[in-house]
Formats: sequence, structure tokens, C-alpha cells
Amino acid sequence: MTFQQPSIELSPKVSDEVRKTTCYMCACRCGINVHMKDGKVAYIEGNRDHPVNKGVLCAKGSAGIMQVNAPSRLRAPLKRVGPRGSGEFEEISWDEALDIAVGWLGPIRKSNPEKLAFFTGRDQSQSFTSFWAQNFGTCNYAAHGGFCSVNMAAGGIYTMGGAFWEFGQPDWDHTKLFMLFGVAEDHDSNPIKAGIGKIKKRGAKVIGVNPIRSGYNAVADEWVGITPGTDGLFILSMVHVLMKAGKIDLEYLSRYTNAPVLVNATVGPEKGLFLRDENDKPLVIDRATGELTAFDKPGVRPDLAATYERDGVTHRPVFHLMAERYLDESYAPEAVAEQCGIPASRIRAIAADIARVAFDEAFELDQEWTDFRGETHKTMKGRPVSFHSMRGVSAHANGFQTCRALHILQILLGTVEVPGGFRFKPPYPKPVEAHPTPHCKVTPDSPLDGPHLGFVRGPEHLALKEDGSPARIDKAFTWENPMSSHGLMHMVISNAHAGDPYKIDTLFMYMANMSWNSTMNTRGVIDMLTDKDENGDYVIPHIIYSDAYSSEMVAYADLILPDTTYLERHDCISLLDRPICEADGAADAIRWPVIEPDRDVVGFQSALILLANKMGLPGFTNEDGSAKYKDYADYIVNHERKPGIGPLAGFRGENGDKSGRGEVNPDQLDRYIENGGFFIEHVPDDALYYKPWNSAYQDWAVGMGIYDSPQPYLFQLYSEPMRKFQLAAEGYGDRQPPDHLRDRTKETLDPLPIWYETDQHGNDGFTVNALTQRPMAMYHSWGTQNAWLRQLHGRNPLYVPTKLMREHGLQDGDWARVTSPHGEITVPVMEMAALNHNTVWTWNAIGKRKGAWALEEDAPEATKGFLLNHLIHELLPPKGDGLRWANSDPVTGQAAWFDLKVKIEKAAAPDGLSESLPSFDPIKSPVGTGPAELKWKVGK
Amino acid sequence: MTELPTSTDRKMGLVIDLDTCVGCHACVISCKGWNTENYGAPLSDQNPYGADPSGTFLNRVHSYEVQPEKGHAQLIHFPKSCLHCEDAPCVTVCPTGASYKRVEDGIVLVNESNCIGCGLCAWSCPYGARELDLAEGVMKKCTLCVDRIYNENLPEEDRVPSCVRTCPAGARHFGDLGDPSSDVSKLVAERSGMDLMPEMGTKPVNKYLPPRPKDTVEEEIDILAPLLAPVAEEPKGFLGWLDKTLEKF
Repeated sequence: MTFQQPSIELSPKVSDEVRKTTCYMCACRCGINVHMKDGKVAYIEGNRDHPVNKGVLCAKGSAGIMQVNAPSRLRAPLKRVGPRGSGEFEEISWDEALDIAVGWLGPIRKSNPEKLAFFTGRDQSQSFTSFWAQNFGTCNYAAHGGFCSVNMAAGGIYTMGGAFWEFGQPDWDHTKLFMLFGVAEDHDSNPIKAGIGKIKKRGAKVIGVNPIRSGYNAVADEWVGITPGTDGLFILSMVHVLMKAGKIDLEYLSRYTNAPVLVNATVGPEKGLFLRDENDKPLVIDRATGELTAFDKPGVRPDLAATYERDGVTHRPVFHLMAERYLDESYAPEAVAEQCGIPASRIRAIAADIARVAFDEAFELDQEWTDFRGETHKTMKGRPVSFHSMRGVSAHANGFQTCRALHILQILLGTVEVPGGFRFKPPYPKPVEAHPTPHCKVTPDSPLDGPHLGFVRGPEHLALKEDGSPARIDKAFTWENPMSSHGLMHMVISNAHAGDPYKIDTLFMYMANMSWNSTMNTRGVIDMLTDKDENGDYVIPHIIYSDAYSSEMVAYADLILPDTTYLERHDCISLLDRPICEADGAADAIRWPVIEPDRDVVGFQSALILLANKMGLPGFTNEDGSAKYKDYADYIVNHERKPGIGPLAGFRGENGDKSGRGEVNPDQLDRYIENGGFFIEHVPDDALYYKPWNSAYQDWAVGMGIYDSPQPYLFQLYSEPMRKFQLAAEGYGDRQPPDHLRDRTKETLDPLPIWYETDQHGNDGFTVNALTQRPMAMYHSWGTQNAWLRQLHGRNPLYVPTKLMREHGLQDGDWARVTSPHGEITVPVMEMAALNHNTVWTWNAIGKRKGAWALEEDAPEATKGFLLNHLIHELLPPKGDGLRWANSDPVTGQAAWFDLKVKIEKAAAPDGLSESLPSFDPIKSPVGTGPAELKWKVGK
Repeated sequence: MTELPTSTDRKMGLVIDLDTCVGCHACVISCKGWNTENYGAPLSDQNPYGADPSGTFLNRVHSYEVQPEKGHAQLIHFPKSCLHCEDAPCVTVCPTGASYKRVEDGIVLVNESNCIGCGLCAWSCPYGARELDLAEGVMKKCTLCVDRIYNENLPEEDRVPSCVRTCPAGARHFGDLGDPSSDVSKLVAERSGMDLMPEMGTKPVNKYLPPRPKDTVEEEIDILAPLLAPVAEEPKGFLGWLDKTLEKF
């Protein structure tokens, strides 16, 4: 046939209208352009103007269209009519649903508000849900941070007033060496991808420390396939090498950290505490005068070496204590190499490379700035080494100390809040002192005495009752885990079932798949949720659950409050909570209903307001008894946390021209919508770096309502709050730990970062590390029912390193029995070479229960898919002491998912269907299953 | 059989950076979204919630493990779509003239109204870059978003294929590979861009930038070692170190 070419339409109409809102396919909160045709969602792309994603969008974001049409969407409130776990429900009206809920909640609020345990999972509205819980009066509230990454958050805040991800970011424009620890295909998905792309384009180096070489670690120039749980040892070895070589930033340490602060060195109740003046300010020796001086006195140049004697008591600077500890040869590369699985030569080479970039490639930005001591600096000095870290280091029982160690490393290098290093995003930096302490005083028919969660400064802030027993159902802020700033969601059901520390009446959860992939010990938790007492009543009497989709958890609730999808709702991503700021600006965002729900569903936050109004909760009720807010949108606009400060910082004031502080603007949401769904206020040029000590930044932050007054502070290389817990364990003070926790408290609450091996009791014979990660196309996404995404990741073999494949005579497609001290699974295996030779892993949350998520029962997720959760218990194996030891970090209570040790052996294919084991009975789907074919084209 | 144009005015195509691609599949799903709603029949999915889901995708990411002679195994993410070959066998094999290569820009397209779904083109493509849509019975393939790149209803900066616009890592580049002065041609020259399977003689327009060498830091230790020379040669304990260290301060 001779050449012929038809004419085609090159400029078709793209859409009738573009509606700009915020993605919720994961926790990244990118801006999206939703293209509408005939009132329907036709296409979703990234919003180029948005500070988070700047136009790009990941697979999940583009697949949002399949989330909005998902057959698993719940359609109406549900009342359980069969036994718990059967999935037998009856659709009811919202009036009936709210009446049932208030019928349970109202009486307990009048008598024992703590009988409500309210835990909100993947909540992006914690400043609102905690406000609701506070006004209800229960002390039992948290979101999912305790089983996610509280070690990362708390380790950062206690050390330097902020951590990674929403707290800060690498200086992508200047960094020349970027080092990732334990970042799988993980948090902050689009910004990290964009950042890596940007720095690689410049030829900057990426070093990935991770037992698994996939995702970001696959493109890293250097891969360190570390033994899981030893990151802290590797980091402290680099600290050792760098300190020994003097490759640390003494100027920075002297000016901006507590390295020069004097510490009491004499045994007694003050040992290890800072020497302070009458205004409680830590003291240093001024190098110029040799005088004892408050750390922040104008002009002071703190001395890193001076010792100070007073009344027979010796005081030494923190720097002295650090040198004593980290110069010790037990941290030498040769001493740690085997344990870390990294050759000593490689540890030295990486440390040397870091030193080269930090010091030989130091540079200056031509920008004058003034520090909190009143000194003006002509330039901003930069050190182009930056770090990022996430769950791989935090989800171990030594994770808090490891996170601290990583921050110590970057602070010693002088790379935090400097050009080329790590930068905070407003409202961070924010020192511990600017955060609340936890509150737990419950009064019937009254609000709680303050915010539930916070940052303890010492034993005096623990959430203990007068008899010393835990005040909270999850035992947060107790001697078992004193600095548990995000609560312990993974312990709630177990403790409530055990009645330890007490029994509850109603468990109320949101977006938390606690009967499946969001819990340890899945089978056990299912049994706890369905267990009955001697009277035939459920041990956990009432369960209310809110979700948009037919997740596995739905079957285990008595009452379901169906949520909307993310395109059908109002939300605010608030500066009071976890905002979307960039290092260069304060930003927040909204979601708004770009489509209306076609089902009888209500956004969870609006449902909470309806409940609050029915119960007349204070905070939601005017003096005349009328409701303050009719729904969440009304709250977002009209709620004020303090005069002039509300959930949204943008377009405040009568004319919508005020930022940060300003009166309520009734048109605020419209202004956000006009602006693309977000608001950003840029940080002034002279305030862009050195934020914790930069007067211009501090003043700007006060103006924005981020601080009430300037809050300059020192980075806490040495953590005095931790020392206070240690002192108590040594026998000092009124609040004393129980004897069985004394030694552990002394060891693990060390005020200078340490590394310790996690509790290996019961692990005899279990020598292989087992991990999970989420694929990039599903990270933090809610469910795998998405028709497009499940075609990318519908199966999850156990990836086994070459060495173990050979040792066990395994080939791809074979089955292996994997056992841990707690349980056993039988699963398909696949070889992976780019993997730590003693580590196996799989994709998390691919495995689904038959009947959930509107999938057919023979879907591979429900047959071959599996969870590692069956192998992980929320408690450590019994030690014979009669005590329940949590499988959590002893400092923060962070769930230690990645401490799992297993053994593997080849197994025959499971009988019959070749299904992974354990196999669970199907649950009845309240929504049926999806269609047999999709041809999703909404335009004509 | 169908003829190819003797030459094309431009050679529009993609340059894909394998050093940067993190394997996130953003391009795959963005492509699926745009091309389900736009050019030709929607990209359908069979058994989307069932046992063996399969759908039409114009772009897929494969991952390969590579074991170098020395050093750690590596994982390479490899996005693959139609390479818009100059000597496209999928066109010459087409019995109805439905497959064609555009003379203006070299884009290989299927005129769906003439496609009989015989599958010869998919068979002839050495890259496996064509997919028969099971619902519509027509052959689907990457259009290089021909309905975006000239689309006057889009802002100029958005007139690129949807996979390029969405790629978070910036690993995908679009331009005229027939023009040696274009950004993409310069990138190919700088980074030693490669043809995929050149031995097949299809002269693909799309190019791949190879991954940079990895895991080399220990080889640089001769240069790096002096950086770690201890400040105090003779270990006289902490005070010796402190004095020496602070001398520099």
C-alpha cells in the first residue's frame, strides 16, 4: 500500500473545567488538577503551581479516578446484624446511625469518658480529631504515628526541633551528597523523587543505606546493604571516624548546639543535668572573658572545652562527654563492620567522602543575616551534605536512639539549616519547649485538661494515675515507653482486650485496618475483636468504625459510618497539624467536593461534628446551646484556636488579605479554590537558612502565628529530658519506675545517642531478618482495590537473597515455610540478588482477605497474597516473669515491625488451591464485587 | 503491506534516563489515564477486580537485576513504550494501512477505523510495544500523545506527552531527535544515549541514557584517606585530641 496518512484532530477539547484540589491517594498531599467532562472526573494530573509536587504526579495520584469509581466504596451507614466478623450488615439511615453512636458515647461521657478509645489511623486532620476527643473528655486518643514513625518524629524534635519529611527537606538546590537511611519506596514520595532527579542532573552523589536495593536505593550511586537494625552502629562509627579526624564543625557546634553547655559531673540528684542560671538558662563559659554566661547572651562565644568547678562540683561541657564516648575504639569501623554487614574500608570511605564534601566543598551564599545573639554575618555558610531517613531506621526497638544518632551526625558536620544541608519547613523548627506536654486528667461530663499528646520533659509529665498505673489504654507516656509522643495505636486492642490497664466500653476508629494489615498479630487481634466474656458479651463491648471502603476492618465493627472519597469532601491540611510547607514558605491546603457523593455517605470529620452536636460537646456548642458548626467546612472557616489563628492560615481577615493571623473570612474556602486549593507565604530571603537562630526568621514566624514569641534555641546533642528519666531509674526523685524497668531505663534513656541490640529473647534459631515495604505505586494508599494499581502490584512473593535460595534449595515459584517465634506462614518465593544476604522481604498490604475491597474471592491478593503481620506479635515472647513486654521501642513505644527474625525452609505447595497460609474464611462483602470489564471514558 | 514515508520532517521521541528512573510507574498510570479518555478507544481492563486482571497499557516499566562482574547486584528500572522506529516493521507489515508513520514528526500511529485487529504488527515489533485492546479489538500503542503535543487547548508548557509531564524524577525527556541542536539530542550526546536492540535494524527514535557506574567509593580511598588522618597522632587520650582539635578553632 502506498504511503497514506489520515488527518486527525490534534487539538481536541481536553475538558469542560479544571477543579484544583489536594490528592489523598497517599500522605504526600500533592496538588491536583481534576479535569471534568459532563460533570464527571475525566483525568487527573499534577498542579504545576503547587508547592509539594510542582506539576508532577505519581502513579497513585493519576489512578485516583479508579478510586473514585471503586466498587468497594461503602454506600450507607451499616448496622451489624450477624456475629462480629461475619460481614453481615443492614444499611441504616444516618439518623439511626448517629442515635446508636450517641446511645453508647453519651452515657460513658457522663460517667467515665476514658471508656472511649478513639484512634484515628491515617488521619490528616489530627488537630480537629484531637480537639473533638479533648472536648469529649477521653484521654484515649491518638492517630497512627505510634506504629508508623514516631521514633523519627520524636528523635528529631527532641534533638533539633524537627525531623524529616513534613518537618524538613534537603536543600535540593545546593546539596552535593545526599544520603538516605532506611528510606524504602517510602515517605514524601514525589518530592524525594523530584529531588533525586534534580541532584542527579547536577552530578551530585546519592548514597542509599538499605538492606533492599529497590526504588531510590536502586538509583543510588552507592548502595550500603546494611544488616537491619544496625544503622545506629554504622552512624556512630562514622561519628567516631569524623571526630577522630577533627572533621566536625566546631564553630557551628559552639554557636548553635548544646556542645558547650556545662553538665554536672558529680554523683547525686543533679548529675547529668545542665548548669543553669536563675532564669533557668543553660550556662556556658565565654571564650572571650572566661566567665560563666547564659548561652544566649549577646556577644557570647561559648567555649567547647572549659571545665567549671563550683562548690566542689565539677561541670564539663557536653562536647567533652561526646568525645569521651565516641572516640572510644568500640566505635571504630573495624569493631562494627561485621555486625553492620559493611566492610570497615567502606565505612571509612563513605565517612571520608562525607568529610570531603562537607568541608572541601563548603561554600557561601551572599546573604547577610543576624543571629539571636545579635551578631550579623555577612554571608550564609553552606555545607552541601544532606540526609533523609524514615521507617527503616525508626521501626526498630533501638530506632529512637538511631534517629538521634543520625541527627548528631548531621549536626557535627554543621549541615542542618545551612545551605546545601537539611532545611526545616515551617512551622518547624520548633523546640520541645514550644510543644505541649501530654494531658490525661479525665473528668466526667467535661473536657480533658489539655491536649492528649505532647513532649514530656521528665518523669513529672508521664501520663500516670495517682496510684502510678497508666492513665491511657495504650500505656503511652508510662515507664514502659516514657517519650511516646504519638501514642501506641498498635497496643490499643490488645490492652483493651486484656483489660490492662483497664477495660473500655467503645472502640472508635477511623481509617485503620486493625483486623488486617495495620496490626501486628492479625489472627490474634481478630480473636480479640470477636472474643466474648462469660456472659456471652463481647469483651470490647462496642466498636464504631469509619472508612470510605469495604476494608477488612469493616466486618469487625458494630456500626459503620461511611466516609466519602477524597474528591467528595472538605479537608484542610493545616499549619496546626501536618501542613504542606516547603523550606522556602509556609503553606497549607484544602480539599473540596469537586464531585458530589452519589451514595449516602458523609465525610468523617463532618460526621464527628454531627455527633458532637447531638452530645452538645463543649467547643462545638454556643452558650445558648446551639451548634457552632454545621459541618467540617464550617469548622475550617470559623474555628479559632487562638484569636486570629484558625485551621487555615491563608486569606484571613475581612478582605482576605491577611496571612497567618487574622479575623475569620467567610469567603476563605472560595479564595483557596480560586488559588488552586492551597496558600503559600514565602519566607524572606534573609530568613531562609539558620532558622532556629535567625532573628529575621523568628520575627517572621511570630508574624505568621507560628510562634507566640521568638523561640531561638540550641540543638540538643545531649538530651536533658532523657537524663531525667535515667536519674529517676537511679533512684532520684518522687516519681520512680517499677523495679523491673530500672535497668532498661538506665540503659536506653541515655542522653547521648547509643546503639544497642534489640531484645533477642526467644529468637534462638531465628536468624534471618524479615522486612516489608510498600511499592511506590501503593505507598500509603488506602487499599489495593484500585483497578489500575493492582495490575502493577497484585502479587507479593517473598524475596529471598541468592545465598539463602541456594542454601535452602529454592527456585522461583517454590513455596517456603517461614516461621518466627510467634507464628508461621507458607508463601511463594522469588530470588533477589540486590539484597542483604541474610534478609528476606515482601511488599506489605498486598495480601487481602477474601470478601474485602470488592475483589473476587479468587483474586491473587486473596489467594497467593500474604502478610508478614502474622509473624509479628505486639508483645515480645514471654520471659517467664509474668509481665507483658511490648514489641516496641522502650523510649517511644514505636512498633518494632522490623525487628522480626525468622527461619525459612522449603515447603511443599499448600494442598489444593496453592494458596498462601494461613488462609482465612471469606467475609461477606457489604458491597458485592466489581464489574468484569472497565472501559472508563466519560467524555464523548 | 504498508509503506513508510521516505523521510520525516522531524523525529519526535523520548529520551529515558535509566540512571534516574526509580521505577515508580507514574508514567504508566498517567499514560493510562490520558489515553483512556483521549485518542481512540479507551484502554480497557478485563477482570479488573478478579483473578487475572489484564488491561491495555501503552507504557510499562520492567525491572531487571544486573550482576556486574565486580560489586553488588543492581536493579535497573526500564520503562518501555513504542520507540517510533524509523524503519518500523509494525507499519510495513500492516495489511490494511491502519498502521502508519506520520511524515511531519515520525510518530507511529494506528488509524483505529482501519484496524482489523489481526495482530501482525504486535508480532513484528521486536520490542513488544503494541497491545491489542480486548474490549475494542483494535491495536493500541503509544501515540506520543499526539493529541497533547500540538493541542492549542493546553498551555504551551503542557504540550508534552503525559508521561513526560508527570515523571516525578524528571527521567523522561521529549523532543526532536532528528535535530542535533535540540536539548534531547544534546543530552543523548553528553550521556552516551543508546538505541534499544540496534541489531534489529529498526532504527528506534527513542533513546535510553545508561546508568552511571555505581559503588565506586572504595576505589577512591587513596584520595579520600588523608581526610581521615587523626588530629592527634599519638593517642594521649581525650585531652590530646581535644587540644589538637581546638587548635584549628
